[in-house]
This record gives sequence, structure tokens and C-alpha cells, in this order.
Amino acid sequence: MTNSIKSSTDNTQMNDSIQQKSTVTITEKVTKSLKKRHRKEKRFKIVGLLAVLFGFMLVLTLITDITAKAIPAFHQHWVKIDVDYKSAWLNIDDTAAATQLTNQMQTANYRKVLRNSIYQMFSTGAEKKLTRQDKRQLTKLFSTNAEFTIKDKLIAKPNYINKKIELWVKLDDDVDSYLKEDFPLGEAGLRVSKKQAEWIAKLSTEQRIDSRFNLSFFTASDSREPELAGIKGALTGTLLTMFVTLLLSFPLGVAGAIYLEEFAPKNRWTDIIEININNLAAVPSIVFGLLGLAVIINIFELPRSAPLVGGIVLTLMTLPTIIIASRAAIKAVPPSLREAALGLGASKMQVTFSHVLPQAMPGIITGGIIGIAQALGETAPLLMIGMVAFIVDVPTSILDSATVLPVQIFLWADSPERAFLAKTSAAILVLLTLLLVINITATVLRSKFEKK
Amino acid sequence: MNSSLLFITLLCLTFFSYWFGVKRSLKVAGGAEHKKNLTCLPQQFGLLTAMVCGLPALITLLIFNSVENTIIEQILATTLPANIQALSTIDLGLYLNNIRSIASSETITNLIKSIENQSLNNANLATLEQLKAALTLKELHQQVTWLKTSLVLVVAITSVIVLVRQFSITFKARQKAEAIIRTLLVASSGIAILTTLGIVISVLFESIQFFRSVPPTEFMFGTQWSPQTAMRVDQIGGSGSFGAVPLFAGTLLITFIAMLLAVPVGLMIAIYLSQYANTKLRRVAKPMLEVLAGIPTVVYGFFAALTVAPVIRNLGESFGLSVASESALAAGLVMGTMIIPFVSSLSEDAISAVPESLKEASLGMGATKSETVIKVLLPAALPGIVGAILLAISRAIGETMIVVMAAGMAANLTANPLDSVTTVTVQIVTLLTGDQEFDSPKTLAAFALGLMLFITTLGLNILALKVVRKYREQYD
Repeated sequence: MTNSIKSSTDNTQMNDSIQQKSTVTITEKVTKSLKKRHRKEKRFKIVGLLAVLFGFMLVLTLITDITAKAIPAFHQHWVKIDVDYKSAWLNIDDTAAATQLTNQMQTANYRKVLRNSIYQMFSTGAEKKLTRQDKRQLTKLFSTNAEFTIKDKLIAKPNYINKKIELWVKLDDDVDSYLKEDFPLGEAGLRVSKKQAEWIAKLSTEQRIDSRFNLSFFTASDSREPELAGIKGALTGTLLTMFVTLLLSFPLGVAGAIYLEEFAPKNRWTDIIEININNLAAVPSIVFGLLGLAVIINIFELPRSAPLVGGIVLTLMTLPTIIIASRAAIKAVPPSLREAALGLGASKMQVTFSHVLPQAMPGIITGGIIGIAQALGETAPLLMIGMVAFIVDVPTSILDSATVLPVQIFLWADSPERAFLAKTSAAILVLLTLLLVINITATVLRSKFEKK
Repeated sequence: MNSSLLFITLLCLTFFSYWFGVKRSLKVAGGAEHKKNLTCLPQQFGLLTAMVCGLPALITLLIFNSVENTIIEQILATTLPANIQALSTIDLGLYLNNIRSIASSETITNLIKSIENQSLNNANLATLEQLKAALTLKELHQQVTWLKTSLVLVVAITSVIVLVRQFSITFKARQKAEAIIRTLLVASSGIAILTTLGIVISVLFESIQFFRSVPPTEFMFGTQWSPQTAMRVDQIGGSGSFGAVPLFAGTLLITFIAMLLAVPVGLMIAIYLSQYANTKLRRVAKPMLEVLAGIPTVVYGFFAALTVAPVIRNLGESFGLSVASESALAAGLVMGTMIIPFVSSLSEDAISAVPESLKEASLGMGATKSETVIKVLLPAALPGIVGAILLAISRAIGETMIVVMAAGMAANLTANPLDSVTTVTVQIVTLLTGDQEFDSPKTLAAFALGLMLFITTLGLNILALKVVRKYREQYD
């Protein structure tokens, strides 16, 4: 108010001075300033539009950057080698009885078979004999997993002994990255020497190199070797953790909301709970991790790194979100509904559970899903309770050691191997897809409930 | 029976007792055709029976599980030979750990036999003692499991029997069931309080322990942070100093950079979307903001560390500046991006809460839209916007993954955004992941930092709510 009074006195003073000069009228003055004001208006509007466009640009950059980085992870280069299953190399007595032979096959020396087969491939023809260094460089072209591919093949088909078989095996991750980056054929690249590059060129002119869809990214667990690492373990861990979170947070959150909205008397205690819940929603997630470490692991002695502990911590973290959303949904149910049911003689509990709750369900489900989506992407509290360990086994129960997808992303992002960059981006894409699916489910469920 | 199997059995028993309760109530009424004689519906009898069966047994199971291990170990400790009982708590703990790992293997009895067959010397005797202790532990575990199973089942069945014997035509099953449900509802709403209490107690307790070895003044005002403590007494360079000022400064620097991006952009987006944009743009822009808000922080961290940081470093180098590879600027800018939707949605709420009459009056006086926004709407919405900014700051301070991945570990005390700084949350993560021993000042320091973080964010939140509430009173 004081401002406007002041400006009006200013105006009268100005009017006086204008009248004294009586050269420019107010209208003229206003018209004169109008151009400037409109320019200002336009500028302001453009700045606003730019801010919105900037937001769009950020989203676009983020998504395209990650997608572009992720694409190489979805295919992988394989190479065809001539495996020579010589019994001498395998260290197998091929005259032994069939049952003994199968036993021997389990423990045979497949590394020797792999190496010698490769040396054989590259030391034929005009080329000179391989030096020790050559041999070392040559074996580095192939994934350490090739040995097991050879083993599995022989165990599946025991009659391959002493035969020469063509077999597809994975290339090493450095070679894989080299091939994906379009270096000129035969030229040295990152972590690939000139000599190795020439071998690769030879292989590819012989049509021995093939790029295939990387299925093992979805079917394998974590590994130190990028070409073998997959997300199955982390994905299972995420599912188990989310299962625990959903099972705990949804009933507890809804029950808490029902009490606070329908039953709680308006007194100090209720006020304290309310303030508490609002504040808890703003506590940094890492503090919940500290709580999990100090109380759930050290006092209750639940196992470290277990999805059960992760689920409990995430439940405590998402509970405020779910309670707040559910309360809003319950509040939105018209009071006439309650009164009508009460008037017909239903008890307060019956009114709540058979009339109010079904009406509030769409809102409650949306709130619950927002909470779950929040929990799904959460990393920091899980680092505190030890879900960062390098875990190769796929967890089978909520008490096994496990890791989750966001933590897997964090771990891979920290790895020095170049090939993990693509893996990390691909894992991020999977995580974002999961979030998208969850959000779409929320929308669908919501509209389905609302139609009823 | 192990706990999960027992839990499933209990669940089946609960379902069965629902059916049992229904049947019994009908029997009391004198057959299904006379069920109108009952004061309550048979289903309500069933519900009550199921709850009475499941709940006490479940509580027993939980309590039993939480005290089981401590009791077993105490019993085990009394059976150990005297010279081992006299060991210090740490050595005793190690010894018990050893026994535990032996007990998890299958072949203890065979091992004992093989050693007993050998000639007995001192070393053998010690192993033999351990093996025997492991055997005792295993037997104890079996006994306790049996005790647990029988106790839980007895509790479940007796409570059902006691309840069912009270059934009569006038038995108030509904009221009793509702009273139990009500208690459950109260308990669920109390979990929030328990969580806060748990946070305060756990963090405070460990912090007090920390402040016993490091004086609070050194922690609050010291400018040297190197939490590496010596493992051996004579080790060089591991004295450990816990001056947290560089961490606070680093946190504030990154938060400041984030706010410098998020507040103007977020505010302008809020103004444009609420005052200028048509419905078409709004329909696209809202999901865009939701996407920005919904992206997990670990993804932002990856983006900051592997895309933004190299770009900033190359850009800086082309201007002849030296930029650290983990600069505060990269972490701050990406954190700002994360906070934009937060600022914009809260400020939009604040702007739209300004009464329409104020806006219309201003426009009616001939003010342009931008003048109305700057001179009328923003001043009126200021408390709400300030509240939004305070909440955003609290969020930036507590943000972990972006800074863990994109900011450094080195505790530099600097205001240069191109330098590497570390934050409170980064240090909590580094101190608590990897090898750690509990009760060392290094680990406890993380809890002291956690306490600082909790107090700061809580204070900011309370302040923000107060500012917003005060403002609401003006127009309501």
C-alpha cells in the first residue's frame, strides 16, 4: 500500500512539473514510454521462453547422450576360430572308457587347447614362427571366457575329440571397443597394438568376425571382464528389494494415512506426528542409510548387503511420501459418502474400509507408485548398508548378498575399462525404461480405477 | 523349522483360523440357518480369530529372532574353558567368529574324530576345543530353533482356543476386531516417529562417541581434513585430523553453483508456464519437468562425471584456465539441473496462490504483464518462493550421488569453482564404504557429519515451512 501511495504522490509532483512546463502532456509521455515498456515486456517473455527451451534442451541432451553411449553395449563382436581338440593338449586319455572320459573332460586343460589352436591359426603359411611376445599379444585378443565356450562344446559333443572344429567365441573387450570405433583396418588403436590390429584385419578379411546382439548383457551377472558383465544379478536384486519395499511401505503407509485422516483426534500428539512426517520427507536419503547401518545392521544384526535390509531402509525413506499422498487422496473423498454410510448404521471402520478406501484408491496407488519409483532409483542409502559389494552370484532370497541396478551403475561408472562406459549407459537405459514402465502402469491403473 | 518356513506355516494357520472362527460362530448360533441370532456377522468372528491367531505369534517370532543370537552366544560363552573366557572382548569376539564359521560346515564330528585319533599335543587340543565349542553351538542352534517353533505354534493355537471358548451369541466380535485394527493403524502412524527417533538416537549416540576423541571445536572450526587414522601405533602420516570446515565450504560452494543455475531458470519456467504459455506448451512442458525430476540421481552423477566435466575441462583449457578433472562447477551445474523442476513447481504453486484480484487490478491499471509479474505477483509470492528456495538448498546439501561421482575426494578449502572440492555427503560415503572398523574415529566421524547434515536440513525445512505458513495467513 505504502508503495502505491508514494508513487501516486510522485505522479502528482510530476504532473505539477509537467503542467508548469506545459510542453509535454501525460498522454504523450506515456506513449513515449510505451515503446520501451513493450520492448521490456517482449524481452521478459523471450527470457521465459528461453528458460523453458533450456529445460527441453537439458532433457534432450541427457537422453541422447546416454542413448548414444549405450548403443555399442547392445552388440558384441564374436570371432570364429578353428579349435583343435587334440587329446594330448587336453591331457585326456582318449582310449579310456566312456564314463572315465566324461570325468576327464571336466578337468581337462582347455586353456592349452585354446592357445595352441590360436597359435596354429596364425603361424601357418608364409608367416614366421610366433615369438613369445606375439603369443602373449595374440591370446589377449580373445576373451578369457573363450576357454569355457570350448569346454562346454566338447562336453556337449564328446565325439569332437581329436577333431578340428570351427567355433565362435567372444573377443576381448579392448578389441571389441576397437572394432566399434571404426579405426582404419590394420591401424593401431586405443589399447590395441599395430600387430594386433593386423591380425584383426586378417580375421575380418577372412570373414571370421561377426557382430551379434549382446544377449549376455541381460543373462549374465557382474564380472571384472566387461565383455562378460551383465545386469541379471543387479536386476534380480532390484526386484527383491522392491518386493520387500512394496510389501512393507504400501500397507504401513496407507494404514498410517487412514489413522491420521479418519481416526486421529485433533490433539498435540497428532500434530507432532504430522510435523514429523513432513520433516521426514525432507531428510536426505543418505541419513536413512546411516540409520540402517547403525540400527538395522549393528543392533538387530540383520545380514549386510541383503535385499531385506535394503527394503526396510527404502521403506522408511518412502513412507512419508506414501503417507502424504494417501492422506491427500483420502481427504478428497466427499464427506457425504461417509455420512450416508454412517447414517445407515455402518461402523466407522466399515465406512473407512468399504467406502472411503475404494474411492481413494486411485490417488493412493499413484502415491504408492511415486514412492516406489523414488525407491527404485535410490542409491546413497544402499551404499551405507553394504549393497556395493562385487557380487557375481544371482541372489535367490531376500537374505542373500545382493546389489541393485542403480548401485551397479555407480560401480561400473567407477571402473577404468573403457567398455564399461557403454555398459553403464545401457544399464541406465534399462533403469529409465523400468521407471517409465512403472509410471505408465500407474497411469493405466489410475484410469481403470477411476472408470469404476 | 527355520524362520521363513515358520512364517509360512503361521500364515496358513491364520487363514485356517479364519475359516475355523466362521464355523465356530455358526455352531454357536445353532447352524447356518440361524446366523441371524448372532450379534455380529460370522465373517467378523472369522476375522477376529485370524487376527488373534496370527498377531501374538508373529510378535513372539520377531522378538525371539531379535534376541536369539545374543542368548545363544551367552550360553556358549559360559561353556568355554576358563582361559578363553578371560580374554578381552575383542579377542573373544574373534574367537566366537571362528567358532561360528566352523559351525557352518557340515563335517565337524568327522573332524573331531580325526583329531582324537591323532596324538594329542597343545595345538591339537586348542583346535579340538574350538571344534567342540562349534559342535555345542550347532546343538544349541538346533535346540533354540525347536524351542522357537514350538513356542510360536503354541502361542498361536492357545490364543485361538482361548478366544473361541468365549464365543457366544452376544459375543462382540466386530468391536473387538475393530479395536485391534485401530491399534494397528495407530502403530503404523507411529512408525514415522520411531524413524525420526531412530535417526536422532543412532546418529547422536555415535557422534557423542566421536566427540569424546575429537573435540567439537576442532571438528567445527578446524581447517584440516584427513581422516586416515593410524592402524599401527608407530605408523607415519596417519595421525588423522578432523577439521570439517573444508567439507562445509565445499558443500556450500557446490550448492551455491547449483542455486545459481536452478533458481533463475526454475523461476522463469514457473513464470512463463503460469502467465504466458498456452495449454499446448504447458501440456508438453509439464512432462518434461517430470522427466527431469524423475531421473535417478545416479544417472545425473554419471552425466556429470563423464559428459559435463570433460566438456568444462576442454572449454577451460581452450581459454588457458587450469580446470580440475573433478571440478566443483560440473557437479554444481548438474545438481542445478536436477533441482530446476523442484524450484519451478514449488514457485508455480506460490505464484498461483496469489489472489487473482491483485493481478487483475494491476493489469487494469495498464501495467504490462511483465510489470505485473515483477511488481505485483513476485513480491506477493515472495515468501512462498523463499520457502521453495530454502527447500531446494536443503535438497542440494543432502544430495549424495552427483557429488560422490563428480566431485573430488580432496578436502581443499577454496572458492574457485574450477578446483576440486569435497562435500559432507561424499565424505560420509567414503568413510563408510570399504573396509571399516566400528568405533574407530574414522567411522564415527561419518556419523558426526551425518548429524550435521540432519540438523542443517531439518532446520532449513522447518524455516521454509514457517515462512510459507506465515505467508498463507495473509490471504486466507
